[in-house]
Amino acid sequence: MNGISDAALHHLREVADEPDLSGTPYEIVETLGRGGMGTVYLARDLRLDREVALKVVQLPEGTGDLERLLREARVLARLEHPGIVPVHDAGLLPCGRAFYAMKRVRGQQLDEYARAAPLPERLRAFERICEAVAFAHAHGVIHRDLKPENVMVGPFGEVLVMDWGVAKVAPHLVGAFCCSPSSPGDEGLGRGRSAAKLALMGARGEGSGGGTEAGTILGTPGYMPPEQERGEVDRIDERADVWALGALLGFLLKGKEPPPRPLEAIRRRAMATEPAQRYPQVEELAADLSRYLAGLRVDAHQETVLERAGRFVRRYRTPILLILAYLVMRVLLIFFLDR
Amino acid sequence: MDSRAGDRFPLTRRSVVEATRDADPDVRRQGWESLVASYWRPVYKVLRVRWRLDREDAEDLTQEFFASALVKGTFERYDPGKARFRTYLRTCLDGFAANERKAARRLKRGGGQSFLSLDFAGAEEELRRYGAGEELDVEEYFHREWVRALFGLAVEDLRRWSEATGKAVHFHLFERYDLEGPDAPERPTYAELAAETGLPATQVTNYLAAVRRELRRLVLERLRELTGSEREFRDEARLILGIDPVKSPGGPK
Repeated sequence: MNGISDAALHHLREVADEPDLSGTPYEIVETLGRGGMGTVYLARDLRLDREVALKVVQLPEGTGDLERLLREARVLARLEHPGIVPVHDAGLLPCGRAFYAMKRVRGQQLDEYARAAPLPERLRAFERICEAVAFAHAHGVIHRDLKPENVMVGPFGEVLVMDWGVAKVAPHLVGAFCCSPSSPGDEGLGRGRSAAKLALMGARGEGSGGGTEAGTILGTPGYMPPEQERGEVDRIDERADVWALGALLGFLLKGKEPPPRPLEAIRRRAMATEPAQRYPQVEELAADLSRYLAGLRVDAHQETVLERAGRFVRRYRTPILLILAYLVMRVLLIFFLDR
Repeated sequence: MDSRAGDRFPLTRRSVVEATRDADPDVRRQGWESLVASYWRPVYKVLRVRWRLDREDAEDLTQEFFASALVKGTFERYDPGKARFRTYLRTCLDGFAANERKAARRLKRGGGQSFLSLDFAGAEEELRRYGAGEELDVEEYFHREWVRALFGLAVEDLRRWSEATGKAVHFHLFERYDLEGPDAPERPTYAELAAETGLPATQVTNYLAAVRRELRRLVLERLRELTGSEREFRDEARLILGIDPVKSPGGPK
């Protein structure tokens, strides 16, 4: 044969990597993206005749406790929140890889969205990200890989936090979910062959102690706190996500103008090197941001008298303008009446 | 010595690098044939494109390189702990080409003699059609051409597999959609292929899925042969296919 063209070679490498979906109700339509963690395909669910995003991942090396991975998957699948992409199904493929099917999300990645959106809109999107992450924390789940590429913004400004592939699940919570009966929405999780060998979102490198083995570094440089970068798994808690949210806020504040000092102070506090100096919870970070948006004083920033006056003027702009207009009118009236 | 080992199924799926050191002369010969079949094209292309040799000199030097490696036992000295086999081979090639250039030995050895039967015209055609990869460094270029050669051999294996197992329709679909499709002005749809072959569209999907699984298995088998160690095999499989062969069909048993 006469060699293989570059285009054909590229295509063959893709199809040779294609997962074996025999025995599942899915059919691949196209590749949406590839990363170190796996490949995401646009697939058709033939059973329900709808499009889904199908993420296919390699099982982690030496996975011993698949039952635990299944329990973690259940926890993540039950994170029912408008800001968290829902998981429909999960299982093991004949080619040895694991898959999970998610809602197909349409929209822009946060980084694309941020290029065109004005600052107030970006901040409101950030508030919604915080709400989703706070919800996950309330259910004992730490994302650990928050970054612009893992947030999608829909056409109506709705925000979805994606890729919980390196999420950490609190051990006590895993057990609690494990013992509760399955909900009807979990039809894909925990049945038959799929259930027996499931490994997905919380699966990578998780040991039996409820966390990633010490020294294992998961996450993305620039969006992971120092303790995560050093692989100090035991020290990773909700404040790791607070740090990443601070990095996300910094990303959203980038622009031609330097960011307002209170916002910069919020970012700095969220990204403090020592976890104890950060916001202890995402809710507090979100509350500080809400205070800024409402024209109130933010906890993270010690404002000067001038800043306080400026904030006061901005916050009460309308009544101040009305009073000023009234005073001007009075002065003019007195002036003309006296003549 | 006929190096066109790609024309038949390899008898063994062990590493050809190991086979070239085997005590059994038959195993050694087979190892050599497979090794040359997989590497001669990237070697020839690097000599043509990166060493800027004319066609005759590149042909001679390709022959000479493998002949010299056989005589001197160059590949037998390969240490899997130090580098990937393809990196080792390319480094040897660079050294060999540099020495040859310095000594201008072509005249001395009476150029034009060949001991391997290699399809240089086909390699020239590939160079003409697919470019010289000017944007790549020599390592990347060698790798790209090696992957092209690897898939070329696997596709030939696939064709023989389809003939041997009565799956000619499978291969026809694969050829139309996966081999010719990416370069066609308009790739045929599954529905068009179904109409063309008289199969239901779902069957086209299934046939293509099956033939692609087989291709993956054959690529992994070829890769298994062409790497010097288990680790290298797995690393290359991850690099080329994005999968861990140990957990995939076609992986080492």
